[in-house]
Amino acid sequence: MSTNGKPKFAMYWAASCGGCEIAVLNIGEKILDVDANFEIAFWPVAMDAKYKDVEAMPDKSILLTLFNGGIRNKENEEIAHLLRRKSQILVAFGSCACEGCIPGLANLSKPQDIFDTVYRSVSTENPDQIQPQYEFQMPEGQITIPEFYPVLKTLDQVVPVDYYMPGCPPESHQIAAVVDLVIQVLKGEATLPPAGATIGAGESTVCDDCPRERNVKTIKEFVRIQDVKRIDPDLCLLEQGIPCNGLATRNGCGALCPTASAQCIGCYGPADGVVDYGARLITAYASVIDSNDPEEINRILDGIPDPVGQFYRFNLAGSIMRAGTPAWRGNGSEGG
Amino acid sequence: MTDTFEPVIIGFTCNWCSYRAADLAGTARVKYPPNIRLIRLMCSGRLDPTFVIKALSGGADGVLITGCHPGECHYIEQNYKALRRYLLLRRTLQGLGVEPERVKLVWASAAEGVRLAAEFTKMVEEVRALGPLNWPNWLQGNGYSAKIESQPEEVAA
Repeated sequence: MSTNGKPKFAMYWAASCGGCEIAVLNIGEKILDVDANFEIAFWPVAMDAKYKDVEAMPDKSILLTLFNGGIRNKENEEIAHLLRRKSQILVAFGSCACEGCIPGLANLSKPQDIFDTVYRSVSTENPDQIQPQYEFQMPEGQITIPEFYPVLKTLDQVVPVDYYMPGCPPESHQIAAVVDLVIQVLKGEATLPPAGATIGAGESTVCDDCPRERNVKTIKEFVRIQDVKRIDPDLCLLEQGIPCNGLATRNGCGALCPTASAQCIGCYGPADGVVDYGARLITAYASVIDSNDPEEINRILDGIPDPVGQFYRFNLAGSIMRAGTPAWRGNGSEGG
Repeated sequence: MTDTFEPVIIGFTCNWCSYRAADLAGTARVKYPPNIRLIRLMCSGRLDPTFVIKALSGGADGVLITGCHPGECHYIEQNYKALRRYLLLRRTLQGLGVEPERVKLVWASAAEGVRLAAEFTKMVEEVRALGPLNWPNWLQGNGYSAKIESQPEEVAA
């Protein structure tokens, strides 16, 4: 790898799907600006690199690292620590690194159940019941694979993070804007936002970007979107009884889903000032239910069959309760 | 010191009714267990579910929410909002593996000091029977190992 004087850029994926990488490549010709202004030091998806090459770099020698994915196993955590040491700016990139995202929902299950689903369920073709082992003795020597952790953690639960960039995945125009900003900072034309800030997103909620008409909400029934025969194209989805999470979700996506008549599922994470995303949604949903009778309220709430999935789909690992571990610890009594 | 488990219960009380009921219980020298720690809100409608989740994740074993009887809210109808939030929060906590009995809603007027003290006692005993919630430990995975339990298969070299 030549050193051509350009600042170094790295991108890593931990427990993630790869969608964040695609979103980065999706910034179009801007990717050429990345190449013109940065030397790509480490990006396993895009180019060949070895961990030992990163280890050999001096500390703080990578200017910008975009880290996507949650911390699911020991390898993820080791690379998080390694890249933290080697990077000046570490960005939790995408919903998984920021708040756990879909992989974080596995915190509702205990590790053995996860293994059983992956290696032993009916839909898995594994006639010999083979399961990977952490250590295995081969004639050539002992081989190991990284240890699987009991819960998925977000990046900032493992190492300090400089900036957060939410989204599943972050919208390409937001990535392009952040790339532009960093390039401007390099040229001395702009300054970085304060540490710990959320970048590449708005400060308000998806509702503020949503073009639908909003009125006072009074809800007598929650319906699943697939059961709605005709969705009013101009009226707020929640007012039509469709559970839409735009109320508590950070804006920045341009309200793509509600504009296309699909409910917001909350991939941009909690808006500014929201301590616990799910709790904020509980407050919001409960406030718009139009009933004071416990039985009727319960009947209306039956329209949300999976409250945890509704309120913590992207946020479970990053919520106040973080790990949903209680679910697999049975009733919570010690020694149980 | 005894070996019995002493639960920590956070009680959210309304300024206009249940806080005064608890006060009345004290004035009347009605005894209730010290396991319950009261926090006064202006109204049960002020209760953000975040408070409950934060209390539980911070080490509380149970949360008791109290407010004015339906129809008697100082702010007209905010206790109904508290009721709806409570019902939805309970469902959510259940999905997360927290027993619904750990979070409870009780209506109490300012005159019901004796009844409220009895509710406090009942709640403490119920949570004591459930045992500790111990949420903070779970956050760390609590030392649970992700060891793979099956026997290794023979692999031809």
